[in-house]
Amino acid sequence: MAETESKALQTKEKMTLSTAVEQTKPGIVFAPAVDIFETEKELTLLADMPGVKSDNLTIGINKNVLTMSGEVEAPEGENETEVIREYDTGKYFREFTLSNEIDQTKIYAMLKDGVLRLTLPKVEAVTPRKIEVKAA
Amino acid sequence: MIFRRVSNWPAFYWRTPFGDLERLKRQMDLYNEGILEGTLREPSAGVFPLMNVTEDKDNYYVRAELPGIKSEDLDISVTGDSISISGERTISEEKGNAKYHRREREAGKFSRILNLPAQINTTKVEAKCVDGLLSIVMLKAETAKQKQIIVKSS
Repeated sequence: MAETESKALQTKEKMTLSTAVEQTKPGIVFAPAVDIFETEKELTLLADMPGVKSDNLTIGINKNVLTMSGEVEAPEGENETEVIREYDTGKYFREFTLSNEIDQTKIYAMLKDGVLRLTLPKVEAVTPRKIEVKAA
Repeated sequence: MIFRRVSNWPAFYWRTPFGDLERLKRQMDLYNEGILEGTLREPSAGVFPLMNVTEDKDNYYVRAELPGIKSEDLDISVTGDSISISGERTISEEKGNAKYHRREREAGKFSRILNLPAQINTTKVEAKCVDGLLSIVMLKAETAKQKQIIVKSS
């Protein structure tokens, strides 16, 4: 096996979410797989949400809780009958508590090829002021 | 190393002494589920990507969720009754001193061959990848199409 070869992707069952709040609409809710990383200036979140269009995606922050919710329309046409079904489609939903203070006016979200990239800039910390002590 | 599996059916691994029982239970579950839902669910092959196949009178539709994979990174080929999908999912490393808190998304190569229930017309295959969702439309071969037979009344 060549060392340079990257590992083979394994299938992962989509993680279903059981929320405390009941859904008004029936259907399965999935928790999207996410990557979260932080630099000095910002927090970035990447989430896999295949099938979600930007119109059907809502992102909100309320009291330091970040909420992502994406609706997926069933891609199957009306006259199609199932032959093989290996995965299900449904809504995506996930919440995170943010530990940093986020500048809500500068949040930037981009959805590309079914991957959401959310940039959450931190509130600029007050620059420490140096206080000179004068000798009497 | 990439595992290429020709059949849609999973290969079972006998890691535990209860492997047999677990397999039986899984099959029973799938069977029961099938009775309740009306369609018999085929166990997944466990090979990336997971696929859904549907059909109508003229076409087969194959769908797979491939978030973050561009169409140029995909390699799709068809033979008379099977379709092969391979490619690689890359997740670029972030520049600078980014500190990761969570890493749930995975990258890697994949390759899968799916056997179709009937012959298709290999010249009429359309594939597109939109919003991380791959969908392939394949026209059934004339021999695979259902023929309506008119019953004559004498």
